[in-house]
Parts: sequence; C-alpha cells; structure tokens
Amino acid sequence: MSARSDYDVIVVGSGAAGGMSALVLAVHGLKVLMLEAGRNYDPLVETPMFQLPSEAPLRGAGTPEKPFGFYDATVDGGWQVPGEPYASADGAGFMWWRARMLGGRTNHWGRISLRMGEYDFRPYSRDGLGFDWPLTYDDLAPYYDRTEALIGVYGSNEGLENTPSSSPDVLLPPPAPRVHELLTRKTCADQLDIPVIPAHLAILSTRQDAERWPAELFPDNPLARRVVGQSMRSRAACFWATPCGRGCSIRANFQSTTVLLPPALATGNLEVRTDAMVREVTVDSSGRATGVHYVDKTTRLDEHASASVVILAASACESVRILLNSKSGAFPQGLANGSGLVGKYLMDTVGASLGGQIPVLEGMPPHNQDGASAMHLYMPWWLYGQQAAGRLDFARGYHIEFGGGRRMPGPGVFSGLEQFTGGVYGRRFKEAARRYYGSFLYFDGRGEMIPNEDCYCEIDPERVDRWGIPTLKFHWKWSKHELNQARHMQRTFRDIIEAMGGRVMGTVHEDGADSIARPGEIIHEVGGAIMGDDPDRSVLNQYCQSWEVPNLFVTDGAGFVSNADKNPTLSIMAIAWRACDYLMDRMRGGAL
Amino acid sequence: MDEWPRRMDRRTAVKLITAAAAAPAVLGACGTGATESAASRSRSGNPLAAGTPSDPNLLEPVVPWDLTLSEDELATLASLCDTIIPADDRSPAASAVGAHEFIDEWVSAPYDAMREDGVLVRGGLVWLDEESERRFGARFRELSGESRTEICDDICYAPDAAPEFQAAARFFDKVRDLTATAFYTTRVGLDDLGYVGNVPLASWDPPPEAALRHAGLKPGD
Ligand SMILES: Cc1cc2nc3c(=O)[nH]c(=O)nc-3n(C[C@H](O)[C@H](O)[C@H](O)COP(=O)(O)OP(=O)(O)OC[C@H]3O[C@@H](n4cnc5c(N)ncnc54)[C@H](O)[C@@H]3O)c2cc1C
Ligand code: SF4
Repeated sequence: MSARSDYDVIVVGSGAAGGMSALVLAVHGLKVLMLEAGRNYDPLVETPMFQLPSEAPLRGAGTPEKPFGFYDATVDGGWQVPGEPYASADGAGFMWWRARMLGGRTNHWGRISLRMGEYDFRPYSRDGLGFDWPLTYDDLAPYYDRTEALIGVYGSNEGLENTPSSSPDVLLPPPAPRVHELLTRKTCADQLDIPVIPAHLAILSTRQDAERWPAELFPDNPLARRVVGQSMRSRAACFWATPCGRGCSIRANFQSTTVLLPPALATGNLEVRTDAMVREVTVDSSGRATGVHYVDKTTRLDEHASASVVILAASACESVRILLNSKSGAFPQGLANGSGLVGKYLMDTVGASLGGQIPVLEGMPPHNQDGASAMHLYMPWWLYGQQAAGRLDFARGYHIEFGGGRRMPGPGVFSGLEQFTGGVYGRRFKEAARRYYGSFLYFDGRGEMIPNEDCYCEIDPERVDRWGIPTLKFHWKWSKHELNQARHMQRTFRDIIEAMGGRVMGTVHEDGADSIARPGEIIHEVGGAIMGDDPDRSVLNQYCQSWEVPNLFVTDGAGFVSNADKNPTLSIMAIAWRACDYLMDRMRGGAL
Repeated sequence: MDEWPRRMDRRTAVKLITAAAAAPAVLGACGTGATESAASRSRSGNPLAAGTPSDPNLLEPVVPWDLTLSEDELATLASLCDTIIPADDRSPAASAVGAHEFIDEWVSAPYDAMREDGVLVRGGLVWLDEESERRFGARFRELSGESRTEICDDICYAPDAAPEFQAAARFFDKVRDLTATAFYTTRVGLDDLGYVGNVPLASWDPPPEAALRHAGLKPGD
C-alpha cells in the first residue's frame, strides 16, 4: 500500500500460523512475501508412504538427527537443528523441537485438532490462577468452524462440558473404532465413569465438499472460491494405511504444504522464499515496522525485504527470538517489549504416560487395525465437578490419548517381552511373539499448564547460531499443579489398565516430578508474547497486533495466554485467521 | 554433523513402492489427476533432500557408515540369531532375513547408544565362543542345538541368571531385542505375526465380529 514497500505483508514462517496467514491475505488480493528458514519441501514427491522399516537404515529407528525415526517428515530438525543451538539454564532441561522445511512442523505433527472450550478462555475468572484471554470462545467459534471446514477435521459433537461442538456438517465423520479402542471405551464406561469419545483429527475421512465450503467460506470472493475449491478437489480421502507422521502424498491429512500453500500460491499473490532465515524486524524513526533483515542461507548474505505490515509466524519461541533480537535506540529491550514481557510465560503441555499389557487382546484374529494411523477415540477431561468442589490437588484438566493394537511393528517391537515370557528364545519366542503382538496399549496424558514467572526464554549472551544470530536460553520450573496432575494421570492409566484385566508396564510414580515429561517435550510450546487488554501487562492485543508497533503482528502460539489441555494448533490457525481479517479491515480503513 | 560422509555405501537399494505403486487404485476412483501425476513424478526420487543425516533422501535410503563386524563375528552372531529365532513351519530363521547383518549395521552406527550396544555385542560374542570352547571344545556355531540350548538357558533371562552369567545375560537380551527388530520388521516377519495392514483401503470398516468376540465385545459395544 505504501509506495516504499515491495509487498503489502511479509509473513515469517510457513507452518500452521504462517500458512494460514498467507492464505487468508493472498486470497483477498494482498501481495504477500513469505520467508521460510527451511528448504523447499514437497510432500507430493518426497513422502515415503508404503516403505517398510526394513528398507530404512537401522530399520527406521530414531537417531539424534531423526529422533522420531528415519521416515518421519522432519527435515533438518528434531531436538537439535544443525548449527542452531539453544541453551537451558541449570536444571531447566527444556527441549525445543524445530524443523527447517517449508510447512514447518505441520508436515509431521500428530493432527489432533481439539477446540478450546468456553472455560479455557476464562481460567483466571474460574480459579484465580493465570490470566483470562482478551477474547471469548464465542469470538473464536466462527473461526474454528471456518478452519475446520477449510482443512478438514474428523470428529463428532458430543455436547460434553467444555468440549465444544462444531456447527452442523463442519466435521467429517469419525472412523469406526478399533477393537482395543472399543474395549477401552467399554471398560471406562462400565467401571470408571470416564467418557471415551471420537477424537478430532485433521484427516479427511471422506473427501471435502468442494462445492459447498468454498462458497460458504468466501461468499463474495471468486478468487478465493476458485483456488480453495481447486485445492479441495485435488485432495483424496484417507486410504487407511501409512503413518501420518511421514506426511501424506495424497493430501488426505493437514499439512501447510498440501492444504494452505498450494491455494495461496495459486492466487498469484504469494511469493515464497525458502532458505531465508529472518534475523530482525526493521523500524523507521516513527517506530513503525518497515520490513525484515534475513540471511539468504544459500549465499550467506544479509538481505532486506520491506512491506507495509510484518507478521511473525515462526513458531512461538522463534518469533520471540526475532523480537528480542530486533533492538534499536527506540526499542532497547527488543521490539514490542515495552512491557518487558517478551519471552515471559512460556508454557508447554503437561505429559505423563504408562503402558499396559492386556491379556484379552492376546492372540487376536488377524485383521487390519491401521485406520487413520492415529487415534480414533480419546478421553476429554471429565472431572470438572471434582475440581470445582476442591477435591483434586491440581487446578486444571487433562485429556487422554491412547493407542496400541496390531500396528505395523517397528524397531524395538518386542523389547521387554522377557518380563512376560521369562526370557524364552527359539521356537517358543516365535510363539510368544504371535501371542503377545497387538496386546500392548499406551496411554498419554495431555494436561493444562498454568503460566508462571519462572518459565521464560531470553537471548543467550554467549552464543550465536551459524548465521550469526543470537540464540535462546530457556528457564523452567513446574508448579505443584503440573506435578500433581502428572501423578494423577499415571494413576488413572493404572486404573484403566487394571480395570481391563491388564498388567502395568513401567512405574507409577509417587512423586509427580518423576511422572512428568520434560518441559518442551510434548512440543506444544506457546506463550512468550501474551495477548491481553492492557498494554502494560501484555505484548499483543486480541488480534495478535503489537501494542507498540501497530503494523507488527505475531500470529503463532506466542500470543497464547493459557495452554488448555487441547493441543494448540487448531487454535493457532483460528486465531491467525481472525487476526488477518482484522488486519485487512484496518488496512482498508487506512490505519495500517 | 555437516562433515559426515554422504554415501559410502549403497547397500540398501530400495525399490520405490510409494504412492506411485499403491495409490492409483484408490485415487483412480476419486479421479484426482493432479495427485496421480505427482505420484508418477515420485518415481524419479526426491530431487531436494540434501543427503545429510538430518535430511536424508527418504525414497532412496543409504547407510552412510562403514560396517565393522568381521566375517568371523558375523558367523557366530548369525548362529546366535538363529538360535533365538529358528525356522519353523510358518517362517524362516532370523539369518535368512539378514538379522546378523542388521545387527552389524546397528552396532557400527556413529551414535552413542549404538556404540554402547556394539561394545556389549562384540564382547558378548567373544564370551560366547569362549564359553562354548570351555564346555564343549568347539565354537558356538559348531555346536549341536542341544549344546547351544545348554548355554543359552543359563543366560536367557537376567533376573534368573547366576551372578557369573549376568553380563552374558545382558548381551543375550540385547541380541534377542535386535534380532526381533530385524526379523519382525521385514515382510516375512510381518506375515508371521499376521500384520495385514499397509495396504490402501477404499473404506474403513468396524472390526470383524470374530475379533470383537475374542475381546469379549459384541457389535454395538
Ligand atoms: C511430532 C509432533 C506432533 C505434534 N502433534 C500435534 C497435534 O497432534 N496437535 C497439535 O495441535 N499440535 C501438535 N504439534 C504441535 C504443532 O506442530 C505446532 O503447534 C504447530 O506446528 C505450530 O505452528 P507454527 O506455525 O507456530 O510453527 P511451525 O509449524 O514450527 O512453523 C514455523 C516455521 O517458521 C520457520 N522459521 C523459524 N524461525 C524462522 C526465521 N527466523 N526466519 C524464517 N523462518 C523461520 C520454521 O523453519 C518453520 O518452518 C506436534 C508437534 C510435533 C513436532
Ligand atoms: S493414514 Fe490417511 S491421512 Fe494419514 S498418511 Fe495415510 S492416507 Fe494420509
């Protein structure tokens, strides 16, 4: 819009937040430049769909360079990115999962797509801990509907407390549960009063209605209808085989690279530059953002791109890092950081797990249990009443993800079997393998963490990455709410396993500190640039807009004020869409 | 990490059976031309992967490190693998699907955990042949099935093993884990277990009634 700028908007990052931001802006005619630190990546030609573990080095086992296995769709990432270190303060033990590829972590994420509920936007009002969001569930609900309809999410509406329903027809039908899921559901219903309901995953259980949705999502926008309709028509339905974590070459699950970027590019309004590592946001003398400096990784030279608006969507901690590294005379503590809160109130999800061996599943008649590769059922948090009555020693809820059964065997498939067989080998080992295969279940708790003062990141004064950019140092301390919750998770899993007549594998710890996963390990890190109503106590407003630099937005999870047990990505995308609508509105009004 | 050897060895030449091979049956039904052409492009492999350990070409896997076990070690290892997973009427023995070669690949890998396993496995092989000589005057691979069993019974379960066999029991457990990994991740092992997935389906149906009954469930549960 401004004569000086090359683009209307620069979007930094191409994952869930960047992909959604770029698509919404591009279909509305804005000229968008996307800068992505990773390499170009095309799931249509790079995804190893049906390959067996035996075709991969080490039978596909995880290594430090490919922690989730050889075939996992993570490029130049995992717990370490080559040449891009981070540090953890003594005892913090923070783990930071990143990827350097077009589409970011949406290429290999778990596709679990749960809405935050009404309570989740008002946590402080309910129990006096943490903060309330500056928006309500009702503000976001239309964007949840739109996001689900756009990307395709299977699931069902059950009307359970704080577990919202989508508008009619928005969700795709949930796939039929497998035997171990039915058994778990029956046991939980008959003996434990724990609800087990269809999970919500960003997977096309059927093809999308490519006539209806583009018209409903973009009623007055022929360009948007054309490109989104085209994209929906080119996506196949899931064929119930091949692990989603490898990516999906038939575009049946959600990846930014198969669902958001193709239609965005088809508008002709988006230019994508990969291998472009953004270092800082530049500002003019009036304090407005003018563009970004980035390192072209192929030449190792610094470049500058300018735009009327800058959107950071590099993932919560990377966006924080860019803000803190954007120091100038006018912004000595980093950009948008007058409140001093940039980097503060980082949150991850509370995780704890337990496995069990279930005798009634032994020797199951062979049948296909692949399904959507991920879970078909899950347990939403169910003890709101007990919590309200003060009967639990932690303030917030968790949901349970579970799996197992006759999945494709991978490395370590029968490790630990000797505890059931007394160490057999020979023909008896083969018989034991046939008997026990498919009889193991795994339960994972995913719980809400309450933001606290001790969990934050800052620029490490001692280190830079291989592009010369100062790196992050993380600090962390759980409160008793998280530790007690993790202990409760493990006890619940034990109860479920035992109610099924199973044997617990592993230890149910007395101390939650032994049960809880490491900070960052669940890879739901959010916060660091929280939104709010008060510029002194927040970094962004409810539209992801910086209070101090009005043409600067942060649309990834950095703005999260709380981290409900619901996995964050669906909310990130809904919030990003809403922020972009607001941004365009302000632009049209001439305010940007 | 950047200075790693890129491709020393192309041992694992892999035939591409990606979406290209299996998808068209299903995709044809949906008539998505765009996806089919993408799938056929994938036959030419991945044009973008850098070939580094953190960005390997997933469609043409290579093992980029040298293998380290000697012929002699491999021979002893193969006979131990076959003692753990012998042929029976349903499937062949572990060495028939290269379990000993997989263990070589594993213990030769340039990662701390695997290096540690390598010390355990190579040390264990020395012990195994020595123990065989001591008891029966021959290498492990030359022993009768009965003699092998006599040794393995002493080391097959650490909680029950005598103090002097504890280290050997750890070795045996490691080789059993790795042999099982090697065997049950191949086509032969998958078939042995009755894993019938990894095939595209036109629809996803509820479990068969026999499976429900087996778990004490009935349709509608
Ligand atoms: C294995 C796994 C399973 C998961 N499962 C789930 C799940 O089931 N449900 C769920 O809700 N969430 C899940 N998550 C989390 C989910 O992946 C993230 O919440 C989501 O991807 C965040 O989107 P984003 O756009 O903020 O960041 P990303 O997807 O990480 O994308 C950020 C992009 O920005 C780029 N970037 C970073 N810094 C710069 C820079 N300086 N300059 C230019 N570009 C930069 C990165 O390279 C990256 O491509 C999972 C994550 C993992 C790893
Ligand atoms: S399970 Fe379905 S959605 Fe997932 S990768 Fe396979 S075909 Fe794609």
